[in-house]
Amino acid sequence: MISSSPLTGPLASPMARTVALTCTALLALVPAASADSLTDFDVLTESARGQQVFFHAWSGDPTINAYIDWAAEEIEARFGIDVEHVRVTDTADVVGIVLAETAAGRAAGGSVDLVWINGENFITLKDAGLLYAPDGEGWANRLPSWDLVDVEGNPSLTTDFTVPVEGLQAPWGTVQFSFYYDSDEIAETPASPQELVAWAEENPGRFTYPQPPNFLGSTFLKLLLAYTVDDRERLSSPLADEDTEEALAPLFAYLDSLHPHLWRSGRTFPTNQAALRQLYADGEISIGLANNPAEASGAIAREEFPGSTRSFVFNDGMIANSHFVAIPSNANAPEAALVVANFLMSPVAQLRKQDPAVWGDFTVLNVSALDQSIQDGFAALDLGPATLTPTQLGPAISEPHSSWLTAIERMWAARYQGG
Amino acid sequence: MPSWLRFAPAVTIALLMLPVAAGLVAAILPAFGYFPALGGTHVSLAPLMNAASQPGILRSTVLAATTGLASTAIALLLTFTLLACLWDSKGMAAVRRLVAPLLSVPHAAAAVGLAFLIAPSGFFFRLVSPELSGWTRPPDLLIVNDLWGLSMIAGLVAKEMPFLLLMALAALPALHGTRRRMVMASLGYSRGAGFFVAIAPQLYRLIRLPVFAVLAYASSVADVAIVLGPTTPAPLAVRILEWSSDPDLSSRFMAAAGALIQVAVTLGALGIWVLGEKLVSRSWLYWTTSGRRSAGGPTLRLAGLALSLAPMITIALGLAILIVWSFAGAWRFPDTLPSSWSLRTWMQLGEGSVELARTTLWVALVPTLVAGLLVLGCLETEAATGRTGGNRALLILYLPLLVPQVSFLFGLQFLAIVLGADGRMISVMAAHMVFILPYMFLSIADPYRRFDGRVLTVASGLGLGFWRRLFQIRLPMMIGPILGMLAIGIAVSIGQYLPTLLIGAGRVPTLTTEAVALSAGGNRRALAVAATLQAVLPFVAFWIALAVPAFLARKRRGMQVR
Repeated sequence: MISSSPLTGPLASPMARTVALTCTALLALVPAASADSLTDFDVLTESARGQQVFFHAWSGDPTINAYIDWAAEEIEARFGIDVEHVRVTDTADVVGIVLAETAAGRAAGGSVDLVWINGENFITLKDAGLLYAPDGEGWANRLPSWDLVDVEGNPSLTTDFTVPVEGLQAPWGTVQFSFYYDSDEIAETPASPQELVAWAEENPGRFTYPQPPNFLGSTFLKLLLAYTVDDRERLSSPLADEDTEEALAPLFAYLDSLHPHLWRSGRTFPTNQAALRQLYADGEISIGLANNPAEASGAIAREEFPGSTRSFVFNDGMIANSHFVAIPSNANAPEAALVVANFLMSPVAQLRKQDPAVWGDFTVLNVSALDQSIQDGFAALDLGPATLTPTQLGPAISEPHSSWLTAIERMWAARYQGG
Repeated sequence: MPSWLRFAPAVTIALLMLPVAAGLVAAILPAFGYFPALGGTHVSLAPLMNAASQPGILRSTVLAATTGLASTAIALLLTFTLLACLWDSKGMAAVRRLVAPLLSVPHAAAAVGLAFLIAPSGFFFRLVSPELSGWTRPPDLLIVNDLWGLSMIAGLVAKEMPFLLLMALAALPALHGTRRRMVMASLGYSRGAGFFVAIAPQLYRLIRLPVFAVLAYASSVADVAIVLGPTTPAPLAVRILEWSSDPDLSSRFMAAAGALIQVAVTLGALGIWVLGEKLVSRSWLYWTTSGRRSAGGPTLRLAGLALSLAPMITIALGLAILIVWSFAGAWRFPDTLPSSWSLRTWMQLGEGSVELARTTLWVALVPTLVAGLLVLGCLETEAATGRTGGNRALLILYLPLLVPQVSFLFGLQFLAIVLGADGRMISVMAAHMVFILPYMFLSIADPYRRFDGRVLTVASGLGLGFWRRLFQIRLPMMIGPILGMLAIGIAVSIGQYLPTLLIGAGRVPTLTTEAVALSAGGNRRALAVAATLQAVLPFVAFWIALAVPAFLARKRRGMQVR
């Protein structure tokens, strides 16, 4: 059976990659097994003309919404597909919709055609078997744009929170965690968690992080975990219950030493990324966290942040992950959703997305494999004063197995949220 | 009375009961572990135990009750203080003009506005910095999100007071204020003391149901709590919301259990309130029979006036500053005003909002009119038969307000999907009706019941039939409360976020879904634009509800609200 399995894990060797690409190529040659087979993408695109795609995507940022509007117009003009951006405040709500529909017996004709997703919500849908899988297999690795995706350079494109993606969602963008700070106030930035504590001690109340289980706050804890755990290799396998206490002890010892020096002495925490950004903009804190490396530059351009804002990272790496689009198993227009997903991964759409004036989200493509004109386009992008280049961002740390985060969140709540 | 009108109560009850029953079942079954779609096939107490063993859950529960009770009590006290100071005077007109715009401010926007006023990096601190305070950086003070929920209580008071005031203003004409004041004045009572003796007790009875609704709301509110409330731990409603949006689906059982606990907390708070009523009425009786003619000197009156106006002024100031934010470029501590200005946010969000406004208006108008007819039908039937339906009917009315929306809506959504009705505008309208009908009924029931029936008897004696009595006497005389009821319907409908999102499957976008989606990003500028757009429609509705009756009553002194 030619399955997409070679693509699922991080690709260890060039050999494996060659095999994988061959498999993908072979797959493209297999004759159509069913009507919705992806073998002839042009036929599929033509049959999707006139369909409507309800794209459920988090919409808390007007610049991202404007980018989706642009993509929708392009898709309408190129493929005659009508993309409706459904405003979402929390992706878990979309999971709830799919769940309620399936529970009510609607196995097709659902209201969600495409959803912006990653990590835990993806795992939830995958485990529940609620993701679209034509011919019983993943689809993203069978799209034409997939050949350009940086599968080799970025393991988080094929493994989302240690769970194999298996082509069940298509990569849309990639991010690496970083800190932003005011360079007028701070001359030398902390290069490790230990230096961060020392800095916080000298500057009490000038740093904080969003309260877990908020995504950004949890990512910060995962970063600290990677720095405090005895062996980073351990993080890729599940954490056994009986080991929790011992494995997490260094992390919580660290937090105990950090919290008294946090904003409001750690008695309250900002609720999310936006609240944290607002604290920085208001001058309440001097160091903030960003998931998207371009966030600070975008905020400077919108005059939210002072122009002296810059970014920094810890020397031994920062957490990196990717975000995706997925199609629920009961989507009403899965073919059209495939066309949309393929366009979102295409060089022209990816180039525009990385423009900090538009969104500033990093591409999932292997830029060196693209047409020269597109390469030039990427090279010409002015990333902005506060965005680190991929080299400056340093080593990427993969997400730990989800059991670690569950344990951390539970212990965090018991320790700091008890009132 | 035509006999078909008798069906109005039955239709209303069915309309409220069916979705609420579905919602309750959808909340209760998973709370006891039964929900096959999520793999729960056994009934157990595990979800409840699980919720009860969450860290800080006791404090969350207590916070829900205390913030609800405290904010309701303070809002009511301040409402009465304000009325006592201004009752039957020209000042009332000014207050009436304030009420409408304040009611139109969306909750989240009011909370964000207040937070920006009082935070250490906020407006008040900027006013005195750095010149007076010496601060070039905001001080590290825990004001917003304080552990006791004080800033949250302040936010709730500010948002509830205009609602109570509107209810009181609608009910006051039934009490014939001017005549009573003259009697009290001739007995030597000051304005304030006269109000507390001759008006307050009866006024409270008239607005008791709206007060209950306020308490039920305040003890289960999530959006205000997210902005202003404590976080370690947060009040119960916020935690239910967190559990229900946890990617781990098994948390939804816990969320359902939390929703049940929330119902218990709200009922408990109502119980404590009723006990409090008894205590207060006793001391009240003591005070009114003591013969004291004055409620304090002019200083106290001024203090009372200032104190009771403070919440409303705060909210207006917060909104004004939010509007400044929508045009702000760079605005950093300790600058009192933005250092640069920009139209960027308005340009980005302004286009497309006309279409959204049209949808919003339709989705609000249709259910409001239908619900209005049903409510009037119920009340007419009640007037003709003399049966009020008693406590059971009251409970049915309250159910949509008592069950936390999150869990209740899952059931409604499920129902809509089974019927294939999700994602349609008409379904969204129907869902809105479930939530606006109770508020509309509550707002008009007592003024309607207090209507002086002798007028109708006289009309009947003069040979007027049912319809002419209704359209020529009853409805014109009640135009104030009726328009007030419709305005509340429209405002509550426009405020509905979760029903619009879930029943509309995201396909019926309104100004509110847009505003909430943007506030999820927390961008103060974007939120300011969205909130302004969202506030316009209810503002117009409330303005009409106050201006039209005042215009119609300009030559009819007995109908004037003073």
